[in-house]
Amino acid sequence: MSDIAALPDLLERCREICAQHGNRPDALIEILHAVQAECGFLNDDALKGIAHVLNISRAEIYGVVTFYHDFRREPPPAHIMKLCRAEACHAVGSEELAQHAEARLLGHPSIGLESVYCLGNCALGPAALVDGELKARLTPAAFDALVEALEAKA
Amino acid sequence: MSAVRIFVPVDAAAQSVGANEVAAAIAREAAARGIAINLVRNGSRGMLWLEPLVEVETAAGRIAYGPVAADDVVSLFDAGFHLGGVHPLSLGLTEAIPSLAKQERLSFARCGVIDPLSLADYETHGGLAGLRCALAMQPQEVVAQITDSGLRGRGGAGFPTGIKWKTAFEQQAEQKYVCANADEGDSGTFADRMLMEGDPFALIEGMAIAGHAIGADKGYIYIRSEYPHAVATMRCAVEIWHAAALSDFRVEIRMGGGAYICGEESSMLDSIEGKRGQVRAKPPIPAISGLFGKPTVVNNVLTLAAVGDILAKGAAHYRDFGMGRSRGTQAFQLAGDVARGGLVEKAFGVTLRELVEDFGGGTRSGRPLRAVQAGGPLGAYIPASRLDIEMDYEALAAAGAMLGHGGIVLFNDSVDMAKQARFAFEFCAIESCGKCTPCRIGAVRGKEVMDKVIAGDDRESNLALVEDLCEIMTDGSLCAMGGLTPMPVLSALRHFPEDFGRE
Repeated sequence: MSDIAALPDLLERCREICAQHGNRPDALIEILHAVQAECGFLNDDALKGIAHVLNISRAEIYGVVTFYHDFRREPPPAHIMKLCRAEACHAVGSEELAQHAEARLLGHPSIGLESVYCLGNCALGPAALVDGELKARLTPAAFDALVEALEAKA
Repeated sequence: MSAVRIFVPVDAAAQSVGANEVAAAIAREAAARGIAINLVRNGSRGMLWLEPLVEVETAAGRIAYGPVAADDVVSLFDAGFHLGGVHPLSLGLTEAIPSLAKQERLSFARCGVIDPLSLADYETHGGLAGLRCALAMQPQEVVAQITDSGLRGRGGAGFPTGIKWKTAFEQQAEQKYVCANADEGDSGTFADRMLMEGDPFALIEGMAIAGHAIGADKGYIYIRSEYPHAVATMRCAVEIWHAAALSDFRVEIRMGGGAYICGEESSMLDSIEGKRGQVRAKPPIPAISGLFGKPTVVNNVLTLAAVGDILAKGAAHYRDFGMGRSRGTQAFQLAGDVARGGLVEKAFGVTLRELVEDFGGGTRSGRPLRAVQAGGPLGAYIPASRLDIEMDYEALAAAGAMLGHGGIVLFNDSVDMAKQARFAFEFCAIESCGKCTPCRIGAVRGKEVMDKVIAGDDRESNLALVEDLCEIMTDGSLCAMGGLTPMPVLSALRHFPEDFGRE
């Protein structure tokens, strides 16, 4: 309890978000998405706060958070490029593109590269989701242009 | 003079090739020229190689231009495109474009035509008629209509929808639910996404009809988080629907967490309950004990989207499309290395060759077609020499393949089928929920053994091991994830033995 009291703002925000979802434990995934959207990731304090408000155990929340690929336990990079690595994109060169992307973004200070399995843009692959924006027909050159655009933003 | 209606799709695929930039350029240019336009952001017509496909409403009908880049907009106005003027990007009347004219659009009749979030537009184009018919009927009559239509689950399993609804209807419970499965995780599929972004009320109407039929006043739409555009559109649509007070049925949206397994209905139910998305053992089936232990109908988006049309036009109208025990139409999705990729709604019985060659136009790369994968990551690889198969649940099963959610992914001759087989195991290892051993451990071992095969390490005995492992996964897995992962693996091995070092 004392840990939560040390973070009045976070706890208060968790409380508000949970209330927006009717304080229903079944809305846990929606709540986790909402907290992560604000805080960037789900640290121990956020999990404690949500557990406290919903009156469910931290172990239960930990189990849920670690099951789903979307939830982050560490601060995210400033920009996230999610590259589709599923079959329809394989068919148009996503694996070669992924090799290029990994080399290009290795150790990059502000852009994180992640794999995703299908973005529903399967007729226009290789596809990627760049900070939430869907991209199509990516080539290594087009990928580099996206990277440069993100670097210019940061 | 009223403003001319110009349509620029808001569909995520269209956005991915610049539709927003095109829409902005059109608005800017029209303002600069003092031309009054009414810019509508519609869904996609499904001809994705033509996106962004801009349409202009004229007295003769809607005229299409595409694919349009923002840089083309000035020359389009110069050519008077807002009055239907001729331009190098002219495609003529949209409805007459052969790829669209040859389709049989029932579930996707409105998609790309209407403003997705205009309930008035929806109603003008035939929406709500099904719900009104249903509400005037007894629940049993609605169930009978669905049974008579021959509609089967479009998520992949092909279970008769009428039987599922009847089972849920017969349960005595103070609360029942209707859940729409919009966790469209199969690579090569995007029909659910297109429908939710282009005609979201069709899904809600289908759910409301299902609710009336089984006695449920509450529904959930579970949408994958990889579809942020669809989530946003559906959230707006649900608000508009509720505000219009069309029936007592209430809908809640749940966004997934990036887990493929949540497309499996029982793990989806656990996920909606706020838990880890782990597969449940069956029985009991969800129609008897589903969400929160209550009778629940879980249907795919496309199943529910077909319902309104069936009620409005009668079961026979729908049943008259199709072949054998596969009635109605299927939204096929052409993907991968395809020249004319997109959505093709056709009656069952169309051949794979017609879809791949006539609609798809072969490969985008121009390289020879080598294989297609039908039915998503758990579907079979079919060699280019076997395209004369009719698309029908039973015919595909007899050929050792499956329809799944209707995805068809084209691969050219550069594909390494051993690597694709390895990927099937790898994907299963990443996405397994971990509840049953054959899937959780089998997938990891399968990937390791395929690595040895690919490295040329004692190939024959390792391939024997792969086959053995596939048998265990098929027979022993709790759900289709582990149970069907062998399908792409074994079909690749059977049809392309040379890629595995076999004669």
